[in-house]
Amino acid sequence: MKNIHKSPWLLHYDGSSCNGCDIEVLACTTPVYDIERFGIVNTGNPMHADIFLITGGINSQNEEVVKQIYSQMPDPKVVIAVGTCACTGGIFKECYNIKGGVDTTIPVDIYVPGCAARPESIIDGVVKGIALFQKKHEDMKKVGKVSNTMN
Amino acid sequence: MELLVTLLIGVPFAIAAVLAIVKNDWLRGKIVYLGGLLIAILAVVTAAMWYTGKETVTFNLPGTEALSWIVLAGDFFLMFLVIWLSIKHHKTIICVLSIVQTLMVAWVELMGPDVSESAHMRIDWLAFMMILIIGVIGVLIGIYAVGYMRGYHVHHKEFQDRRNFFFAIIFVFYGAMFGLVTSMNILWLDFFWETTSVCSFLLIGYTKTEEAVDNSFRALWMNLLGGLGIAIAIVYAAVTYHTVNLYDIVANGVAVAGGADKAALIPIAMLAFAALTKSAQMPFSQWLLGAMVAPTPSSALLHSATMVKAGVYMLLRIAIAMNGNFVGQMVYIIGGFTFFVTSLMAIAQNDAKKVLAYSTISNLGLITACAGVGMEETIWAAVFLIIFHAVSKSMLFQCVGAIENTTGSRDIEDMQGLVLRYPKLGLILMIGIAGMFLAPFGMLVSKWAALRAFVDAPSTFLVVCIVFGSATTMFYWTKWLAKILGVGIGGREDITQNNEYGSMFLHAAMIILLCLSFPLVSNFFVEPLVTDMFGYAVSVIDAGSVMIMVIMVLGVFIVPLVSYLLTRNVPEKEVLAYMGGANAGDNIHFIDAFGEEKDLKVSNWYLRFTFGARKLFMPSVIFTTVIIVLFISLIVGGALR
Amino acid sequence: MMNWEIRVLMTVLFVVLAPFLGGLLDGIDRVITARMQGRKGPGILQPFYDLFKLMNKQLLAVNRIQILMLLSYLVFVILTGMLFFGGFDLLLCFFSLSTAAMFVILASTSTHSPYNSIGSERELMQMMAYEPAVLLTAVGFYLSTGTFKVYEIFNTSVPAIVKAPGFFIGFIFILTIKFRKSPFDISTSHHAHQEIVKGVTTEMAGLDYAMYNLAEWYENIFLYGVVGLFFACSNPWSMLWAFIAIVCVAFLMTLIDNVSARVRWELMLKLTWAITLLSAGVNLLILEFVR
Repeated sequence: MKNIHKSPWLLHYDGSSCNGCDIEVLACTTPVYDIERFGIVNTGNPMHADIFLITGGINSQNEEVVKQIYSQMPDPKVVIAVGTCACTGGIFKECYNIKGGVDTTIPVDIYVPGCAARPESIIDGVVKGIALFQKKHEDMKKVGKVSNTMN
Repeated sequence: MELLVTLLIGVPFAIAAVLAIVKNDWLRGKIVYLGGLLIAILAVVTAAMWYTGKETVTFNLPGTEALSWIVLAGDFFLMFLVIWLSIKHHKTIICVLSIVQTLMVAWVELMGPDVSESAHMRIDWLAFMMILIIGVIGVLIGIYAVGYMRGYHVHHKEFQDRRNFFFAIIFVFYGAMFGLVTSMNILWLDFFWETTSVCSFLLIGYTKTEEAVDNSFRALWMNLLGGLGIAIAIVYAAVTYHTVNLYDIVANGVAVAGGADKAALIPIAMLAFAALTKSAQMPFSQWLLGAMVAPTPSSALLHSATMVKAGVYMLLRIAIAMNGNFVGQMVYIIGGFTFFVTSLMAIAQNDAKKVLAYSTISNLGLITACAGVGMEETIWAAVFLIIFHAVSKSMLFQCVGAIENTTGSRDIEDMQGLVLRYPKLGLILMIGIAGMFLAPFGMLVSKWAALRAFVDAPSTFLVVCIVFGSATTMFYWTKWLAKILGVGIGGREDITQNNEYGSMFLHAAMIILLCLSFPLVSNFFVEPLVTDMFGYAVSVIDAGSVMIMVIMVLGVFIVPLVSYLLTRNVPEKEVLAYMGGANAGDNIHFIDAFGEEKDLKVSNWYLRFTFGARKLFMPSVIFTTVIIVLFISLIVGGALR
Repeated sequence: MMNWEIRVLMTVLFVVLAPFLGGLLDGIDRVITARMQGRKGPGILQPFYDLFKLMNKQLLAVNRIQILMLLSYLVFVILTGMLFFGGFDLLLCFFSLSTAAMFVILASTSTHSPYNSIGSERELMQMMAYEPAVLLTAVGFYLSTGTFKVYEIFNTSVPAIVKAPGFFIGFIFILTIKFRKSPFDISTSHHAHQEIVKGVTTEMAGLDYAMYNLAEWYENIFLYGVVGLFFACSNPWSMLWAFIAIVCVAFLMTLIDNVSARVRWELMLKLTWAITLLSAGVNLLILEFVR
């Protein structure tokens, strides 16, 4: 079985957001949007997760946490920044404690803009993330082995 | 054989006398080693000699007449000792129990009715097993004690060093136990029984702290109460049946099922009562829990591996007379209930020795229940339980003692990651714990057999007790095992001495060997024993299943080993454990809400308010007391009718 | 009816087919759950995609002991099923199963992680809750068919359910614990539940978690096998009944999972023990009485 894109498990982390995007992310799991039809499971555990979905920006308190959670996810993994705050820092950007978007701390693969991001666009971003997830897996296969020294 | 048994009983007493006066530590060590070796050799030779014939032998020791006088004098000596000590500690009421029973026994001996002559000693399969257990396990504990007590007095400078006394009592105890299991004459048996009670009493009070003294007297009065039961049995048997031979009493008891006078059950009930106190069954469990204040070797020797086995030994002796009558029902209700309720209470304990104590009572309860049912299959299971329990528990006690000496704590919570911190101690503890409850090991096989036997008995009560008791047993052992296998955090230097390790490793080897040779032990020892008792044998667990069990024993060792080899070179990236991203660089610290670093401690569940002794003990004592009173009334009432 | 060739064949079939059946049942369960919640849900083969995904992920280790324990768990679960489908002693199967369950606990506690720790204590509590019912189930088979041997139970003329309905109820009740279904999924749970993150499985990544899932599928097939055994007898048609029973039980488990909320461990223990005593215990009393 070469295809692993049929089982992308998702970890949702809430940075410095207003919770608007979080509610939209949860809306994706409801019967209306039902992301489980893609095989997505909203797991709360980095060790099981393939896609790291972050809402809200990075502040000085959660910076280490985000780094650590990212390091606890096994390769291959995809990071999706959901919402304007996660992409750039958004409305909080000038705050004294905000570093900016998620990409100031960990590498981000997909940006989903919007305030708040609509479920449709979130799902759109996740589906793009799934394709990337498959691609990263194939790249890893080409290298021949799972890298153990990353991060 | 006569000579061997005389030596077997006499030599320990002689060595004890020497040890009592030797004050030099080095010399004492050597005497204990040599004496222990001598006793072990004597025991093994006696057992081997007997095994060549494999027939029950009854005989008299040389100079039986004189020895009878010595035994009587000994009874009085014990009585005066108890009187003196109880007055000294202002517990005068306790000596009444001793005086009453000693006078009863003396009356039978001196002025009582004529009793039929019979031999005084007897060795059969059961005695053979007990001799081996005392001679091998007991002596190993003695050797362990030499090193342990050295460390003990280094750590506990507040206690007076009375090691000469300690070792003397240990050797007296060996002699008494050998006497107990070979005696056929119940007057002698009573003397040795009392001697072990007093030994236990003296060792519990070793440290002379207030708690120790209180606990020792509790142990004393409970055991003396049991002794009173034996005294009543003696007087009743002598007056009614003109015999002081244990086996005549049992034979009379067996005859009841055939329509004989029901009064013959009274001495059986009294002996069973004595055995229940000795084996610390509910409602008498408190003394064994209190006995844990004693230094660990005495806990291992007296309060787990051998002395408390005297109780179940007695029950096995009278088991055939208990099958299907009120006595048996009393015994198995008490045993089954104790098995379940003490295993429940063990969950709430974090003191390793307390857990071992509860587990000892619990397992003795299971053996008691087996004996109470008194059928071929249950006896088969009971004998296996005795063997495996003696070895495993003796080792576990020694290991916990060594851990306490090394780490300064016997709290299970402090044993986090023991296997990594002290690999040798951890390994021994692991084998011991696995041996107590894990699938293919001896205790579990015996439990398996007991369950099948209880279903066949048939006894719904016991089946329910054993299935629920197995579940609770699993709980407290697994959480302990899980604790020692975790991540370890450095520790002090391992100061366990070589003699301690020697004893423990021999035990570990014995456990594994016993598990692997399970079918052989069953074939060449336990089945003949059952045949001897009932006239025919049963195979409780069929050969195929036993073979699978043996394969599984190997599996439990080999599977993780092969797994290790298979996974050794799997590329793995080391990561921190998940703590919501709040780890402070490792797995034992985290950043709290104020941004400060805190220690992370994970703890087992103890659930004191649900399963604690404080909540369960009194109701259990009341229930079991009612059961005992009720059944003894029924038995006595049935006899008088 | 069952001679040794069939026993060997069944054992081999179990080892080969159980993962497929187990995964398929899991997939069906997820689809039905989704339908019950008014969703489309994943495809029926989703569990297999998940498994292969996990196998292809990087292996992370908090403690290297963990993977060893998990492999041991897998081996013992397979052994349990082999003993069962090979027709050996039922009690032996259950003992082997509890040894396997213990390896999960050891795998979990070896990491010193707080979520694992609370998960394993709850797992222990679950074991304590279901163990009596499991052992009593074996006793029930013995009392109703006169043997503990699985292949002899197959050869009896009357299925065990006739005499042991109470044991069956007790066993079904604890199945919700074994399948990690609500209301008793307190140590770890399936799907997207996140109560204590993932409880005992929190620190299992990649291959670790794949092995754990595989072992669970084996275990589930074994447990469904026991359910079927209640209905099996020497009459070939009884196999149909056994199959229907398994399907019904599987549906019942999914239904219960979706209509109940998670309970606290106290309630779980009380309920399980009470039901065990009331159904299996009373049935035991009756069978012992009439024997």
